[in-house]
Amino acid sequence: MIAQPPPKQNVLARRDEIIAGLRALLPESGVIAEPLLLKPYETDGLPSYRQVPLAVVLPETTGQVAAVMAYCHRHGVRVVPRGAGTSLSGGALPMADAVVVGLMRMNRILDIDYADRRAVVQAGVTNIGITQAVQGRGFFYAPDPSSQLACMIGGNVNMNSGGAHCLRYGVTANNLLGLKVVTVEGEILDIGGAHMDAAGYDWLGLLTGSEGQLVVVTEVTVRILRGPEGARAMLAAFKSNEIAGECVDSIIASGIIPVALEFMDRPAIHACEAFAHAGYPLDAEAMLIIEVEGSVREQDELLEKISAICGKFDPISLKISQSAAESAAIWKGRKGAFGAVGRISPDYLCMDGVIPTSQLPAVLRRIGEMSLSYNLSVANIFHAGDGNLHPLIMFDANDPASLHKAEEFGADILKLCVEVGGCLTGEHGVGVEKRDLMGVQFNEIELEQMRRVKSAFDPGWLLNANKVFPLKSNA
Amino acid sequence: MSGVLAPSDEAAMAAVIATAHSNAEPLLIQGNASKQAMLRPVQAARTVSARGISGISLYSSSELILTAGAGTPIAEISAAVAEKGQHIISETPDFAALLGTDAAPTLGGAVAANMSGPRRVAWGAMRDHVLGVRAVNGIGETIHSGGRVLKNVTGLDICKLLAGSHGTLAVLTEVTLKVLPAPERRATLVFKDLPPDVAVAALAAALGSPYAVSAAAHLPAALAARVPALAWLGGAVTLARIEDFAGSVAYRADRLRGEMAAFGAAEMLDDAASQAAWAAVRDALPLAPEQGAVWRVSVRPSAGPAVARAVEQGFGGAWFFDWGGGLVWVTGPATEEAHAVVCEAARAAGGTWMLLRAPEALRAAVAVIPPEVPVLAAITRRVKAAFDPKGILNPGRMFAGL
Repeated sequence: MIAQPPPKQNVLARRDEIIAGLRALLPESGVIAEPLLLKPYETDGLPSYRQVPLAVVLPETTGQVAAVMAYCHRHGVRVVPRGAGTSLSGGALPMADAVVVGLMRMNRILDIDYADRRAVVQAGVTNIGITQAVQGRGFFYAPDPSSQLACMIGGNVNMNSGGAHCLRYGVTANNLLGLKVVTVEGEILDIGGAHMDAAGYDWLGLLTGSEGQLVVVTEVTVRILRGPEGARAMLAAFKSNEIAGECVDSIIASGIIPVALEFMDRPAIHACEAFAHAGYPLDAEAMLIIEVEGSVREQDELLEKISAICGKFDPISLKISQSAAESAAIWKGRKGAFGAVGRISPDYLCMDGVIPTSQLPAVLRRIGEMSLSYNLSVANIFHAGDGNLHPLIMFDANDPASLHKAEEFGADILKLCVEVGGCLTGEHGVGVEKRDLMGVQFNEIELEQMRRVKSAFDPGWLLNANKVFPLKSNA
Repeated sequence: MSGVLAPSDEAAMAAVIATAHSNAEPLLIQGNASKQAMLRPVQAARTVSARGISGISLYSSSELILTAGAGTPIAEISAAVAEKGQHIISETPDFAALLGTDAAPTLGGAVAANMSGPRRVAWGAMRDHVLGVRAVNGIGETIHSGGRVLKNVTGLDICKLLAGSHGTLAVLTEVTLKVLPAPERRATLVFKDLPPDVAVAALAAALGSPYAVSAAAHLPAALAARVPALAWLGGAVTLARIEDFAGSVAYRADRLRGEMAAFGAAEMLDDAASQAAWAAVRDALPLAPEQGAVWRVSVRPSAGPAVARAVEQGFGGAWFFDWGGGLVWVTGPATEEAHAVVCEAARAAGGTWMLLRAPEALRAAVAVIPPEVPVLAAITRRVKAAFDPKGILNPGRMFAGL
C-alpha cells in the first residue's frame, strides 16, 4: 500500500467551523458532514484505498465551486475534486483533512452546436451522456473509456481518458475545444472556447490529464463528430502471442488503421467467453478484435484485406461479422472483460502500462514468468494498435498478503513497461496508485520541473495533494 | 549581434543555456529562423539555434512513430516517412513564401509554433501528434516529457505546454511524432461562387457528413485566381477534400456530391490538383504577393463570415477560410488601426488571433496575440518562471515584458 501522510491536525480541529462555513455557501443538501453519509465517498475505482473525508460538497454551479474554493483557500483546507469516482488509480481518493468537491450535480448539457460540431456540458455529465444527446443527428463524442456509462467528462478531462477507439479518434485531449475552470483561489477562468488552437500557451493541453492538481474543471466544450456510415468487427485467433503481435505490425504496415485493434491473451479469452458466450476460440493463445468503418462495401473491402493479411500468420480461425448483431457479440466479451475477470477472482488490479507494440511478445512472456513466480493469475487485454496494456492481476483482498503481492506484481509490470521504452500509464492516470513509481520514469530534475508547474497554479499544494508527485519534497 | 551559436548535441545546448542563465543573458532561440518574422521581435545579445541537433534517430513505421533532433528539416522527415507510405498528420505549413525567406522549417520550429495545416480540422493539430520531447529549460537543465509510445498520461503534459510556446519556456532538442499511413488517393469537391455564409454552411454540411472530409476551405475569386490548380474555375471556390484508399475516395466523393447538390453541381479535383490546391491553402500562398500585414484568426467556423465582413468593411482586407471557416486568413495594411479591427472581430466572435506577418515596428508596438485576463496572465508569469526564472529564453516573443 502507498502510505499517506498524517492529516493536518489544525484542520481536523476546525472541522465544525469549516462545515459551518461551507454550509453558508451552498444549499442545505449541498454539504455532507454526517459520518454515515460520508462513507460512500471514502473510495473510488481503486477500492483497496479508503479514507473518509472531512466533508463533501455538491455544488450545482461554477459560482458555488468558486465560493467553496475561495473559502478553502482562505482557510488552508485541502480539496479533492471528484466526478463519478470511477478512477482506477485512486485519483479521487479523499483525505481525512480534505473537502471533496463532488461535481455530479453539475450534470446539464448547456449547448449543442451541430454547425460548429461542438457541445458545451457541465463536468458531471457522463461520457455516454454526451453521445446520447447527439446521436439522434448521427454524431458522437469519440473517447470511449470502459467506464463510459458512469464516468463523467470532468474526470475524463482530468485523466485524459482514452478508450478502445483512440487509435483512430485520439484521446480526450484531442477532442476538446474549451474548459471553464476554477483556480485554487476561487477565480473562474475560461480556457479555449469554440475555436481551435490557443495563440498563447496551451493551457487546454496542460490542464487535460493534470489529475486535479492544477484547477477544478466545471464545464467542458467537446468536439462532436459525425459518425461513419457503419462499423463492423472481425475476430482473428492465433497460435501464439508472438504471431498475433507480428500480425498487428503487418496490418499497420499495410496502411490500414482499423478504428479498433484489441488483443486478448489466452486467460482473457477464457474468462470473457465464460462470461459473455461471444463464441471466442478457446483453443487460441491470442485473439484480435479488429474493427473497421465506412459503408458496407468499404467495410467488406477493408475486412477482406485484413483477412488476407491475417491469413499469412497461420490463424486458428478468422471470423468476419456479418451483421451489427454479430459485431455487438464480438465486442460484448471484450467490453465485459472486467466483469468476466471479477467472476473468476474475488478481486483484481487493472494495470495500465504502455509499451512499444514491437515489444508485445517479449513483455507478455515476462509477465507470464512473473505470474508463475508471484503465484497470481493474470489476464492480458491490450489496445494493440497503440500499445496500451491492461494486465488484470487476480488476488484475494481478504488476504493482506495477497493484495501486497498483487501490488508488487503490478509495480514490476509497470517497471518493465518503462524498461522496454514505454510508460507507467496510458489512460488511468498516476493518482495515488503509481505515485511512488514516478521516479522510474522521471528523474528528480524532471519531477521538480513538474512540481514547479504545479506550484504555479497551486502554490500552497491544496489541490488533490499526496498524489501524482512522490512525497519527498511535496510541500 | 554576434554569430549564431548552434550546439551540435543536447549536452552542448544545455551548457550554452546554463552559461546564459548564470550570466542572465537573454537569448534569441530559433531553429532555421524560417518563422523569425512572426510574433514580437526579441531583444537578445546572442542567438542560439537548435539546427545543429539534426537527424532522424528512430523511425518505426509499424509503430507509427518517428524521433528526430529538433533541428531536422521538416522536408527530411516528410521524405523519410513517404518512403514507407506515411505522412506527418497535421500537414504542417511552410511559410517561406509568405514570410519572404528561403529557410527550411525544422521539426522543432513546427512544434514550438504548433502550426497545423488544413488537415487540422479533422485530424488534430501539430501538438496532438507530439508524443514526446526532450528539451533544455532556461536554467540549462535537460528534461523529457512523454515518450515514444502512442498513449501516455504519466505526469503533467509538458509536451503540450512546450508545443506552441515559441521557445519561451525551453529549447526543444528532440521530438517524437506520431505518423500515419498517407492516403492512397485524394479528391476535392469544388463548389463555385458561393457567398461566404453559404460557403461555410456548405463546409459544415461536408464536415458533418459521414464521409470523413479531411479539409474544408473557401477562397474568394481574387485569391483563387492566384492558385493555378483553382484559377481555371474562374470564381470563388469552396473546397472539401476526401482522402483514403482509392475505392473509398471515389465512392465517398460521389455520395457527398449527391448529398450536397443543394449547394450546386460540384466540380472534382483529381489527386494531383488536390495536392497542389491544398498545399497553397496550407502555406497561405494566395496572400504571399500582398504587401501588407497577415493575420491568422481562429473562431468557431460559423463566425468566419462575420470576421470576413469586419475586415472587408474595416480596411478593405482580403481573406480566405480554412478549417471549415474556423481559420480566417486576413491581409491588409500594416497599421495599428487595421490591427485593432482584426482584434475586435476575433474578440466579437469569441476567438483568438495572431499577427503573423508585419514590419518589425508594428510587431513591437501591438499585442501580436490576445492579452490574457489578469488571473491567467499571473499564471503565465509563474509558469514562465518555473521554466526560465531569469527570463532569458526568447524574451518578449509572445507577450511584451515576458
